[in-house]
Amino acid sequence: MSPVKTPMLEITNLHASVDGKAILRGIDLVVNAGEVHAIMGPNGSGKSTLAQVLAGHPAYAVTAGSIRYEGKDLLELDPEERAREGVFLAFQYPVAIRGITNAYFLRSALNAVRKHRGQPELDPLEFLDLLAEKLKAIDSDDSLTNRPVNDGFSGGEKKRNEILQMAVLEPKLAILDETDSGLDIDALRTVAGAVDKLRRPDNATVVVTHYQRILNYITPDVVHVLSAGRIVLSGGKELALELEARGYDWVRAEAAV
Amino acid sequence: MTTSIESQVLQPYKYGFVTDIESDNVPAGLNEDIIRLISARKGEPAFMLEWRLKAFRHWVTMTEPTWANVKYPPIDYQAIVYYAAPRQAKSLDSLEQVDPKLIETFEKLGIPLSEQKRLSGVAVDAVFDSVSVATTFKETLAQQGIIFCPFSEAVREHPALIEQYLGTVVPTNDNFFAALNSAVFTDGSFAYIPKGVRCPLELSTYFRINAAASGQFERTLIIADEGSYVSYLEGCSAPMRDANQLHAAVVELIALDDAQIKYSTVQNWYPGDEEGRGGIYNFVTKRGKCAGRNSKISWTQVETGSAITWKYPGCLLVGDHSIGEFYSVAVTNNRQQADTGTKMIHIGKNTRSTIVSKGISAGRGQNTYRGQVKILKGATGARNYSQCDSMLIGDQCGAHTFPYIDVRNSTAIMEHEASTSKIGEDQIFYCRQRGLSAEDATSMIVNGFCKEVFRELPMEFAVEAQRLLGISLEGSVG
Repeated sequence: MSPVKTPMLEITNLHASVDGKAILRGIDLVVNAGEVHAIMGPNGSGKSTLAQVLAGHPAYAVTAGSIRYEGKDLLELDPEERAREGVFLAFQYPVAIRGITNAYFLRSALNAVRKHRGQPELDPLEFLDLLAEKLKAIDSDDSLTNRPVNDGFSGGEKKRNEILQMAVLEPKLAILDETDSGLDIDALRTVAGAVDKLRRPDNATVVVTHYQRILNYITPDVVHVLSAGRIVLSGGKELALELEARGYDWVRAEAAV
Repeated sequence: MTTSIESQVLQPYKYGFVTDIESDNVPAGLNEDIIRLISARKGEPAFMLEWRLKAFRHWVTMTEPTWANVKYPPIDYQAIVYYAAPRQAKSLDSLEQVDPKLIETFEKLGIPLSEQKRLSGVAVDAVFDSVSVATTFKETLAQQGIIFCPFSEAVREHPALIEQYLGTVVPTNDNFFAALNSAVFTDGSFAYIPKGVRCPLELSTYFRINAAASGQFERTLIIADEGSYVSYLEGCSAPMRDANQLHAAVVELIALDDAQIKYSTVQNWYPGDEEGRGGIYNFVTKRGKCAGRNSKISWTQVETGSAITWKYPGCLLVGDHSIGEFYSVAVTNNRQQADTGTKMIHIGKNTRSTIVSKGISAGRGQNTYRGQVKILKGATGARNYSQCDSMLIGDQCGAHTFPYIDVRNSTAIMEHEASTSKIGEDQIFYCRQRGLSAEDATSMIVNGFCKEVFRELPMEFAVEAQRLLGISLEGSVG
């Protein structure tokens, strides 16, 4: 543990709504570089909303509170600016783009990020080299790279593809929105294992999940329980196991006291 | 992030400038005297004038079609100038004699005509208002017996070929606009590829409307003799004017035994402003006849311009084992309307046709696919595959599909697939979350949608088409 940690993400009293319906009702959360935070909670507690708000989805309105990311006001930034600054969301439901290969999509995205960082853009050949390296880093083959983005992908392939994008774009803050949902045990091991391989002291990961099992592969530093739009309980990795054993009702009961 | 939408839609049409050049016009209006005047100006043989007059006499008995899914105020055919030519030396022996203003105009449009700057691999015929002003690489092509020249020159130099083939695919009485064109057409391109010759260059015609109040009525005729191959490209643009201008062209293609013609269009006529003022009425008849065995005609079109587009490039599959193809991307933004598609008429045995149509509607654009597949009695073993996809951007535009299928031979195999999709906020957001701007995301999604068509375009055009598509749709998604 370094003596002084730089807060990468600082969420203060965050309120957000969708279609006029309040979902987040005062979230406070600090995530430091090098940390993995798990956000758990029952259906409808606001987990995915938090992920979407962090990424800047236009359908979600922030009604109060602030989000600071690396000292900047995150809410001031457009979604693409957030992405270029290193915020990555692994989607729960990745979207298909017909006729555009994964490789082309990824190179366009990476070059947008590189341009923002003042780095030279990569030509297709340079990119293929980089892609090969990244695929190796996450123990993946190249079976997805020349297929159209998420078009006709199985659930497992979509999630694997999200992690491949994460490996290529090298985000500082990665938010995984129920990346474990819809995966069988083997696919979960592959996908979560890949995420774990991408951990570095200078990046942070927020894992949004219903279940403890993904945390067997990505050990969290902190586990938070979200209920009715607020974090009602935080603890170490053992909290996840306790939730797995006891469910969420007791947390809700305690929170209501 | 959404405030830029309006400003981007208002982005001016890039090719909307006017060339300041003296024009030699005939008076507005249409009657037999005007037709005689046009024919005389062009120094045409008697058969040509007779042909025009016959077409005109038929045209006056016809009524303008109203079945297309487009709306526009009545056209005053007596207010149109049917012949407008830049004034210059009577006969041009070399490019040096062409008015520098014209050379400059085409250069601004990205079509360099001068020897040094010519596009490599592409021979260009440049048509300005009613006349062809220059044709490049003519001599190179002539060495292989290929004729590529302005239509009016072909009428004078190769009257036998013209008399034999003109109007054999699109007869003078085919439809209202084709009849009008037959009466008043002024120029266009003519190409003849002799037996067994594979045309070494892409042949290309660039059409430019400049004069106000004039219409453009060009005629293109391409004949691919036995076993020959030619790839032909067509481009166009016009100045921005508040009044609508009529463009009624006719294109006829003839492929003899084992011959192949690939015809590509990137249509970028002035589309009018965001309120629908001005713009070209693009009412065009294009048809190819696969006259010979194993012949093949492919139409590829990218239609981004024009206030109204009305065109159905089709194929008459006469020769046994002949193949017709139609690949189309049609974009309507702002108030543009397009009613476009194809006609595949299967006449010979074992004939095959493929139709891939991609319609994109944005703004208040209305996009209609209209296609006819007809299998005649004798067309044993005919096959057709049609795929018709529509994409909607925003919630004020429309996409319509009218497929007509007429099968009179029970051995035919027909497949028809159709889809409609909407560029969703989620799709755009997904791309933005990866660092792409909303504009780049839209362009990527649209290009992916059109990929099956773009890959049919010659290289130079594919790049141009993708860029054009980007411009046409700029600002349609925030």
